Amino acid sequence: MRHLGVLARIQLSDEEVEHLAGQLAVIVDNIAKVSEVATPDVPATSHPIPLSNVFRPDEVGRTLTHEQALQNAPDAADGRFRVTAILGEEQ
Amino acid sequence: MSDVIRLTAAELAAALAAGEVSSVEATRAHLDRIAAVEPEIHAFLHVHDGAVEAAGAIDRRRASGEVLPPLAGVPLAIKDVLVTTDMPSTSGSRILEGYLSPFDATVVARARAAGLVPLGKTNMDEFAMGSSTEHSAYGPTHNPWALDRIPGGSGGGSAAAVAAFEAPLALGSDTGGSIRQPAHVTGTVGVKPTYGAVSRYGAIALASSLDQVGPVTRTVLDAGLLHDVIGGHDHDDSTSLAEEWPSFADAAREGARGEVLRGLRVGVIRELPDSGFQAGVSASFRAALAAMEAQGAEIVEVSAPHFEYGVAAYYLILPAEASSNLAKFDSVRFGMRVTPHVGSTVEDVMAATRDAGFGDEVKRRIILGTYALSAGYYDAYYGSAQKVRTLIQRDFDAAFAGVDVIATPSAPTTAFRLGEKLDDPLQMYLNDVTTIPANLAGVPGISIPSGLAEEDGLPVGIQFLAPARQDARLYRVGAALEALLVDEWGGPLLDRAPALGGVR
Amino acid sequence: MARDTLMDFERALELFEPVMGFEVHVELNTATKMFSAAPNPANSANHDAAPNTLIAPVDLGLPGSLPVVNEEAIRSSISLGLALGCSIAPTSRFARKNYFYPDLGKNYQISQYDEPIAFEGRVEVELADGTIVEVPIERAHMEEDAGKLTHVGGATGRIQGAEYSLVDYNRAGVPLVEIVTKPILGAEGRAPEIARAYVQAIRDIVLALGISEGRMERGNLRCDANVSLRRRTAPGEPPAPLGTRTETKNVNSTRSVERAVRYEIQRQAAILEAGGTITQETRHWHEDTGTTSAGRPKSDADDYRYFPEPDLLPVAPAPELIESLRAELPEPPVARRRRLKADWGFTDLEFQDVVNGGILAEVEATIAAGATPAAARKWWTGEITRIANAREREAGGLVSPVDVAALQALVDAGTLTDKLARQVLEGVIAGEGGPQEVVDARGLAVVSDDGALIAAIDEALAAQPDVLEKIRDGKVQAAGAVIGAVMKAMRGQADAARVRELILERAAAS
Repeated sequence: MRHLGVLARIQLSDEEVEHLAGQLAVIVDNIAKVSEVATPDVPATSHPIPLSNVFRPDEVGRTLTHEQALQNAPDAADGRFRVTAILGEEQ
Repeated sequence: MSDVIRLTAAELAAALAAGEVSSVEATRAHLDRIAAVEPEIHAFLHVHDGAVEAAGAIDRRRASGEVLPPLAGVPLAIKDVLVTTDMPSTSGSRILEGYLSPFDATVVARARAAGLVPLGKTNMDEFAMGSSTEHSAYGPTHNPWALDRIPGGSGGGSAAAVAAFEAPLALGSDTGGSIRQPAHVTGTVGVKPTYGAVSRYGAIALASSLDQVGPVTRTVLDAGLLHDVIGGHDHDDSTSLAEEWPSFADAAREGARGEVLRGLRVGVIRELPDSGFQAGVSASFRAALAAMEAQGAEIVEVSAPHFEYGVAAYYLILPAEASSNLAKFDSVRFGMRVTPHVGSTVEDVMAATRDAGFGDEVKRRIILGTYALSAGYYDAYYGSAQKVRTLIQRDFDAAFAGVDVIATPSAPTTAFRLGEKLDDPLQMYLNDVTTIPANLAGVPGISIPSGLAEEDGLPVGIQFLAPARQDARLYRVGAALEALLVDEWGGPLLDRAPALGGVR
Repeated sequence: MARDTLMDFERALELFEPVMGFEVHVELNTATKMFSAAPNPANSANHDAAPNTLIAPVDLGLPGSLPVVNEEAIRSSISLGLALGCSIAPTSRFARKNYFYPDLGKNYQISQYDEPIAFEGRVEVELADGTIVEVPIERAHMEEDAGKLTHVGGATGRIQGAEYSLVDYNRAGVPLVEIVTKPILGAEGRAPEIARAYVQAIRDIVLALGISEGRMERGNLRCDANVSLRRRTAPGEPPAPLGTRTETKNVNSTRSVERAVRYEIQRQAAILEAGGTITQETRHWHEDTGTTSAGRPKSDADDYRYFPEPDLLPVAPAPELIESLRAELPEPPVARRRRLKADWGFTDLEFQDVVNGGILAEVEATIAAGATPAAARKWWTGEITRIANAREREAGGLVSPVDVAALQALVDAGTLTDKLARQVLEGVIAGEGGPQEVVDARGLAVVSDDGALIAAIDEALAAQPDVLEKIRDGKVQAAGAVIGAVMKAMRGQADAARVRELILERAAAS
């Protein structure tokens, strides 16, 4: 549960972990039901309406001004978004 | 002119065109109504201080002789899931408090271009996760029919606003029933279009493969008029369908003229026995079917054996997609930022922000979704759920081979009390059992009022489903039944709603 | 930080078999980004954009924004796949790679997972001595780039110890094609050489296709080098299992690729021979010290939770499109090199010098701009490479082929001597303008006026009166001293051959 919290970047309190764990277990059991009918011969559907090859031409379109890009920034400096020190390495 | 708020959008549009009332007058009347009833209803998160100005601009254009689109000058409420440049967009969450989008949602832009007057942003379950609007970070909305009851969710604000005559039209979004179920519990009309029929650009994403934007209104004709404005291909949304659509307002008018029901084959799903629903809901459903039969419709039992797996599949697909869609709320580029202590790393800030900014239901679904997609669980959970989608689509295909529309009650119960189901998420999820299949399969659905439940006098809705791309069929059938029922009742169902704010 | 122990390279090869794999990311130079209509910073038109000025809503992950696929990027990706000898997938899909990092606009990268657009190819790579090596390609897939982070406040400007970081999302959404090789076996001691040649080959391909600017120092082409060692077994015995691999990033030039591979082989061999184990990790290449250092260990925390991108539809290229792109493919590099070598009349060694210097395209362009092959080669493998090495930069970026051709034309016309031309070259590289402009500004043209030369000769002869006598006596080489004096007086702006002529004429005349 804590690991899921890390993956989802949500700082869960001990109370939340306990509460959620209980609820999740019930839900997850119920969901195992799905595997009853999801046999290997059934293809998965990820898009309800089959479409393909949807593209746009390589032309500059509607973009944001610099001000618009930063207009909701919680913190910025030098025209860039500012964040506190990063722990992890670049991907 | 306090009557102006009781007009349907179609009637108001006609009055505006005929010069009987100005848009400024109509807008002011609705703003007054909002001020009067909002303390009880709380449908709005934000009321637009530019509404009267926008209305004035429409009036000036009309006065100059310009020919305006049909709905020009009619006020419109907008679910807070749709981003707007001149009003904050929060999606019912604290994490987006005060967020001002630099672009309008496509449907909002189209509404403005059609001369509709945005009145404000309506309340909703946080990030559209919920069936009661109790999960809004800004407090619940109250059902105009009974203030201690839920208005439905996630779009309870839009439905309540329309039911309380605070707006003649509203925009909503539907991922698992969030337009149709609130319509059911508030005695209004709600439509979920075919997936891809209306642009999702600017709708804050919940589950990308399930979300659709649609109209929330008091009549089927009004829904058709609004759908005509917002629908159609959008090159900013890759999943938007390219076809030309017929006029849904015309389809509604055709339906109201009367011959649509003769010979219409209406499917009732064996595996969704309404006998398991609240008695009054089931009775109202059956009565509506009987009324259709009396006009020559044929009621046919159809089988959809995989519908019973719909809720389970939905509650895997939705959290999975949502957990990814909500990752962008991380304090960096917009939204809330919580810095737990001096020297916090950005990872700390992200985690603290998300813990503080998201409510419990959202956190629950993000965690569940993260789990469903995790290494080792993908095939068993998310992957399997996508297979259930295929099976449900096949069920619909098979059913529609023998019937024109499928009918179900829009939800198992009438509006339950605020707080009643909060501690039992599983119970809450079962509200969506009749509405979820349409989202999984991408087919369109409409909910129209079918009457009041005998045991509690609360509204009941009947849902019709049609094959993908046959949205017009829903408007024809919906308008036909609506005409029958309104005639039987001697007036719209909402006439019987209690008075609010001391003003009728 | 303790220095790594390195085993001697030859010894390492005796004990171990190196296995390599490469992931090369190519930034496409389309006009707009992969999934948004914002201008693409990897296109030369947008190189100097200020931070956060090439932004569409989806690049920042703004609520409600949606991606739409760039058609040209699809075409470029297919062309690249074909040039790599790959099959093009009849259907491919995009997938979300979910992880949190401040340089991601959405905290997921839209990439391709189990359905890449191109797969199963091979690239012929030619080494310095003409050996051809076939590098097997696993796949090439499309994805989007992340933004750029600047770390502020730490000692090194790197991430460790930084006080805060600044994010520029201009680069977020730039179209990338990631080319993944299969494990490269049998490279043996030539592994570092092959690594360099492979990356160079990819660069040549994308330049020939015109789909990328191909500048490694600008990040248009990025290489992650995977290296592992496996112990040699006796003949007849089954091979040992593949060793644990490390992935080295921040390799910003073809030369660095070669050095980094060599370093890792030596480092890993030392560890294994001492009885240690290799940690599977990402390492960082340091150009200044020529070493790698450990980054973050690769762990289960890297659960990217891939799932098909629901906002985008499958890509199913029509067979006609694929065939028309195939017909437009330029010559494969190996064949092209054979043809150029023959056309230009270079010896094998001369040609390899050009290829190994990574300046084949530049030489070709210089010839196209009017220089002879010999002259183009002379400049690029000579003075320009010398300057590049001294400044630790890539030769290709220093001066344009057009300028080099113009420079040679000035020499051919007699306006400049070779020596003067080298001064002009420095001026051009320094940004003082084109060759003619530098000549004019610095007054470097060869003096062609015989009168001025004669005057200088007279002066020099006055200081060395016995030279003429010596010349008349048959010691023609005595002229050398006078020539030297004249050249010095003229600050090199004289044609030494003409000076000599004039001196001899004078000697003959008197």
